[in-house]
Amino acid sequence: MTKLDFDPLLDDLETRVLVCCGSGGVGKTTTAAALALRAAERGRRVVVLTIDPARRLAQSLGLRELDNHPREVVVEGFEPKGELFAMMLDMRRTFDDMVLTHAGRDRADQILSNPFYQTISSSFSGTQEYMAMEKLGQLVAQDEWDLIIVDTPPSRSALDFLDAPQRLSTVLDGRFIRMLSAPARASGRGLLKIVGTGFSLFTRAVSTIVGGQLLQDASTFVQAFDSMFGGFRERAQRTYELLRSPGTGFVVVAAAEPDALREASYFVERLSDEGMPLCGLVANRTHPVLAGDLPAAKALAAADDLDRSGEAPLAAAVLRLHADRVAVADREKRLLARFTRAHPGVSLVGVPALPADVHDLDGLREIGRRLAGE
Amino acid sequence: MTSWTEELTRARLHVVSGKGGTGKTTIAAALALALATGGRRVLLIEVEGRQGIAQLFDRAPLPYAEERIAAAPGGGEVHALAIDAEAALLEYLAMFYNLGFAGRTLRKMGAIEFATTLAPGLRDVLLTGKVKECVNRTGSDGRHLYDAVVLDAPPTGRVVKFLDVTKAMADLAKVGPIKGQSDGVVRLLHSGDTAVHLVALLEEMPVRETLDAVAELDGADLRPGAVLVNRVHPARLPAHSVPVAAEGRVEESRVRAGLTAAGLDLDEFTLEGLVDETVEHAIRVQSQQEAMELLSHSDLPTVEVPELTDGVDVAALYELAEVLVAAGVR
Repeated sequence: MTKLDFDPLLDDLETRVLVCCGSGGVGKTTTAAALALRAAERGRRVVVLTIDPARRLAQSLGLRELDNHPREVVVEGFEPKGELFAMMLDMRRTFDDMVLTHAGRDRADQILSNPFYQTISSSFSGTQEYMAMEKLGQLVAQDEWDLIIVDTPPSRSALDFLDAPQRLSTVLDGRFIRMLSAPARASGRGLLKIVGTGFSLFTRAVSTIVGGQLLQDASTFVQAFDSMFGGFRERAQRTYELLRSPGTGFVVVAAAEPDALREASYFVERLSDEGMPLCGLVANRTHPVLAGDLPAAKALAAADDLDRSGEAPLAAAVLRLHADRVAVADREKRLLARFTRAHPGVSLVGVPALPADVHDLDGLREIGRRLAGE
Repeated sequence: MTSWTEELTRARLHVVSGKGGTGKTTIAAALALALATGGRRVLLIEVEGRQGIAQLFDRAPLPYAEERIAAAPGGGEVHALAIDAEAALLEYLAMFYNLGFAGRTLRKMGAIEFATTLAPGLRDVLLTGKVKECVNRTGSDGRHLYDAVVLDAPPTGRVVKFLDVTKAMADLAKVGPIKGQSDGVVRLLHSGDTAVHLVALLEEMPVRETLDAVAELDGADLRPGAVLVNRVHPARLPAHSVPVAAEGRVEESRVRAGLTAAGLDLDEFTLEGLVDETVEHAIRVQSQQEAMELLSHSDLPTVEVPELTDGVDVAALYELAEVLVAAGVR
C-alpha cells in the first residue's frame, strides 16, 4: 500500500479539479473544505463547492445561506497565501437557471410551473448529483480559479453520483416520454402497432388511477422540454469528459466501517472501469491507539483489580477507556487491511478523528494537517 | 426524559427514519426483533430498493414477497419484505385492470419506470399503499396477520414528503381506486396506530436534522414516536472528572499512582498516550452530553443504544434488540 500524499497533489498546478466522493455521513464536506483551506494556504486560488454542510461548518466559511455564487472566505486572522472561495449548492436554482438558459422566457415559465418539473427538480433521486455536476461545469467554464474542490451529494450509495446524470437523461429521453410528447405522430407511423394496445391500455389505466390531468401535464412538460433535451445531454456528456480529463482527481472518502468501505470498493472499481483518475482513499475518523504499548487485556485486568480495591477510580476509568479504544482501533485496522488487500494499488491515508465536531477554520486546518499526514 | 411509552406500545406501524449514516436500517431491524420478542409476529419492510435488510441479515436479496428472516426470543418471528415500486404498480394494475401480457410490454417501454419515478407522488402512494395493506391484513381467524410492522423509511430529509400522502394525492386523482386506497393510508398514518421514530447520533448534524424532522412531522400532523440514539459511546470517567479532563487537565500523578497500585509500571511515553486518550474521551463524552441536551428539546421518549466496538452482525442485532427490550420496547 502506498500512502496518499496530499501536499504534492495540492501544490501541483496541473491539479485543477478534485472531487470528494463516498457514501453518506463519512465526512466528505469537511474533507473537501479542509483540503480547500490547505490548498489556499499553500498558495492556490481555490473554490470549494459544498453540498448541505453542517450549519456551523458553513458559518466558519462565512456561508450563511444557500447562495449559488462563490464568495471569498473573509475571516479575521485568516490570511492565506492564495485565495479561498466557497459556495453552497442550491440545487433548485441551478436547475431553474439551466432551464432559463436553454428555453425561451415563455417556455421556461411553462416548464417551471409544471408539476412534473417540480418533482424532477426537487425530489427525483439523482437531480442533486446532476446539478452538482452542472455547477462544476459552470465553475470550470468561468475559469476564475486554478483549483476547484467539489463535495458530492449525501447519497447513500457513492455510485449514484456517477450514474445520476445518465439516469435523468435516459428517463427524460425514454421511449415512453417521447410517445407522450407526440402520441399522434408516433401511432401514425405504425411504429407502435405492437405496443399500441399496451400503451392505450396503460394511459387509460393510469388516467383512471391518477387522473387525466397528470398525463396532460406530462405531455405539456415533455413538449416544452423537448427543445432542451439536446442541450442537456450535451452538457452531461461534457461534464463526463471533464471528469476524465488529466487535471481531475477523485478522492474517495470512507469511514472505517464495513458499509462505507464496501461502497468505497465499488467506487474505486468503477472509476478504474471508466478510466477516471483516482487519487486515493481517505480513511476518515480513525481512532489510532495513542498508548500503543499497553495491551487491552492487561489494561482490563488491572482495571478489575482497581475496581475490587475501590481505590483509584480515575486510573481504572483511564484503563477501561484505553481498552475500548484498542478494540475500536483493531477493528478499524482489520477493515482497512481487508480493503488494501482487495485494492493494493490504491493509496490511502488515515485521518484520526477529532474528538468534537469541526466548526471553525482552526478545526479545518487541523483536519488538513491530518489529511497531509502531519 | 421518558423511555418507551404506553402510547408507543399501542402503535402497530413503526416508521423508522433518520439522517443518512446514522444506522437507520440497523435500528429498524433491531426494533423488529425487539417487538417480536415474547412470541409476536413482526414484518420488517424496506422501500428504497437498497436490499439493506438482506445485507444486514447476511442473506440473498429479498424478492417482492414476505419471507421469514429471523426468530426472536420467546417464539417470536420477524418476516421481511422489500417493496419495489414498479412491482407494486404492476400488482396494483393487475388487481384492478386485466392487463396480463401488457404489463411486461409497458415495462419494456419504460412506462412503468416513468410512472414510478416521474409522476409526482405516485411512487410514494404506491409504497405506502402496500405498507398499509400489510398492516391491515388479517388471517383466517380475523386477527391481524402481523402484530406490528416496522418500516425502514426514507431518511429525514424526505420522510415527511414520503408519508404525507394527502399532499401527494392533491396532485393526483380525485376519484378512482387509488383515491380510495390512499384515503385509507392517510387514516392509518395519521392515527395512533402509527409512530414515526427518528434515529440520531450524538453529533451536531444528526441532532439538528432530528429536531427539524420533529417539527416537520408535527407540521404535517404526523406523530413523532421515539428518538433512538445510536452508537452512544460509553462514559468511562467519573462524571466530575469529565469537564476537567475535557479541558486537557488530567492529574497524571494520580493516574500513575493508580496504575502502580494495579501493578502496571508504564514508561513516560505510554502514560502520555493514556492521558491524551483520556482527554479525547472526555471531549467526546462532553459533546455527546451537549448533543443529548439539545435533543431533549424534542420532548420525545429517548432510547440510547450503545456503540458496538465489534461492528454489526446478526448476533449484534439481537444484542441491540435486548437493549431496546430493556428500555421498555414491546
